[in-house]
Amino acid sequence: MAAALTVPSSAVDDLPEGTPIVAFDHVSIGFETHKVLTDISFSVARGETRIILGPAGCGKSTLMKLANGLLDPDAGEISIFGRKLSSMSEREVFAMRAHVGMVFQESALFDSLDVEDNVAYRLHEDKVPEDQIHDRVVEALRFVELEKAISKFPSELSGGMRRRVSIARAIITKPDLILYDSPTGGLDPITSTTIIELVVKQRDVSSTTSLLITHRLQDAFTLATHRWDTTTNSMQKIPNGDLDPNTKFLVLNEGHIVFDGTTRELTHSTDPWLKAYLE
Amino acid sequence: MSLFSPEAYAKSVVASVQEYSLLAGRAVGDLFSRPRYIADTFTQMDSIGVGSLPIVVLTGFFTGCVLALQAAVSLKEFGAVNMTGRLVALSMVKELGPVLTGLMVSGRNASGMASELGSMKVSEQIDAMRALGTDPIRKLVAPRIVATVFMLFFLTIISDACGTGGGALIAVTLLHLNGPAFFHTAYMSLVYGDVIEGLTKPLFSGFIIASIGCYYGLTTTGGTRGVGRATTQAVVVSSVLIILCDFLVTQFMIGIFGR
Repeated sequence: MAAALTVPSSAVDDLPEGTPIVAFDHVSIGFETHKVLTDISFSVARGETRIILGPAGCGKSTLMKLANGLLDPDAGEISIFGRKLSSMSEREVFAMRAHVGMVFQESALFDSLDVEDNVAYRLHEDKVPEDQIHDRVVEALRFVELEKAISKFPSELSGGMRRRVSIARAIITKPDLILYDSPTGGLDPITSTTIIELVVKQRDVSSTTSLLITHRLQDAFTLATHRWDTTTNSMQKIPNGDLDPNTKFLVLNEGHIVFDGTTRELTHSTDPWLKAYLE
Repeated sequence: MSLFSPEAYAKSVVASVQEYSLLAGRAVGDLFSRPRYIADTFTQMDSIGVGSLPIVVLTGFFTGCVLALQAAVSLKEFGAVNMTGRLVALSMVKELGPVLTGLMVSGRNASGMASELGSMKVSEQIDAMRALGTDPIRKLVAPRIVATVFMLFFLTIISDACGTGGGALIAVTLLHLNGPAFFHTAYMSLVYGDVIEGLTKPLFSGFIIASIGCYYGLTTTGGTRGVGRATTQAVVVSSVLIILCDFLVTQFMIGIFGR
């Protein structure tokens, strides 16, 4: 995107070396009598893509909302960009979210706004001059290859298009962290691959730290085994069976972490439940 | 089948009151700090105020008409049919104008707010708004409260005028009373305290309509069925609270003005 355009200053530039972008420290949360997440601890380093896997209902989306401060944990601490969420005022949490992009499971586009206003939402909130907004929206939509849909309303778009608009809305301010909540959920395999290509492109072109929930193991392993080739402008398999070093996995089951590590460690795990899940 | 627990019910009621109070308090507090969503406030004023105009005009007019007819029947027995204007004006300005306008606007707008925000809640648009760094209370609730309080005040004045006009029309055409005399008795019967009472009520009603509508919208759960439930509850609770508040304000004003 054009360098001269106004974007919020980075939240990670002043962070000391080695400070994780996201850190969960013994986090637990439950709703009424039902415990959803128990004693969750993990961290995500700068530039890392953390894929969160697990059966339906194991607390993945709850974890994602905790990471963005949309839910408060019952116990434990969550730190984003080196700051504890519990020590931030509500105003500071809203300011922190300006550096976080989030793609929701069902896209969560504002149905009374057209695509342009949906993507430009944060720019309007930041009082970016109108003449700059349109250019940046077009640029973000071009990234997701949807610039022709700029004047359409969400109800006129297919599920895959809505997901791509949601990605454009999340990346338009060049966030330091992107949270993808099942970006391929409910989509056909071809559209899912298109979405994963966009995630890979964003990861490799912008080196943005991200958390990604997926139910589709093939999508997760595509992320780990592919990279974005800027010369051909397409997603290519990493040669010699190598893996993307910045892509790691977190596997949840019944609210507990059952695996936290690299792709190779995951595929070589001897844990019987994990082996059964991966098969 | 699980048994009804009075303790759990009482706790849920207290929690709801607490949640509502926090929402209303924060929305009012947000009016005194930036950012303020002025454009959203004007949009809501148009939707709530201009949009409610036909229903308020018609309700006020026909209420005035009915009042004149009913009053004339009773007043005739005492030979005081010329006092019809007084009765219509006092009833409209002090009581029926504010309450009926509040109830009409509640039926139209508390339900609209609850269903709109409820739909946004169940489709994660409220969470998306928060994730995009916008406080939904500041963006959605505060403008609706300002717009409803402001517009209900003027809608009540319009309703009072239409009601008095409707009463006058009936008095002149059906009861064959003298028009100027009707307006003269109406005007002479109203004192400062009556007008203050009639114009204080919509301020409270407007706050109740917007805050209750938004509260039920933002606490919607359970998909489309939940949206329907929230809409119904918003209208029922805001209507009851408007009448309760009307009673309290009336009692308070009688204490101050003595009538």
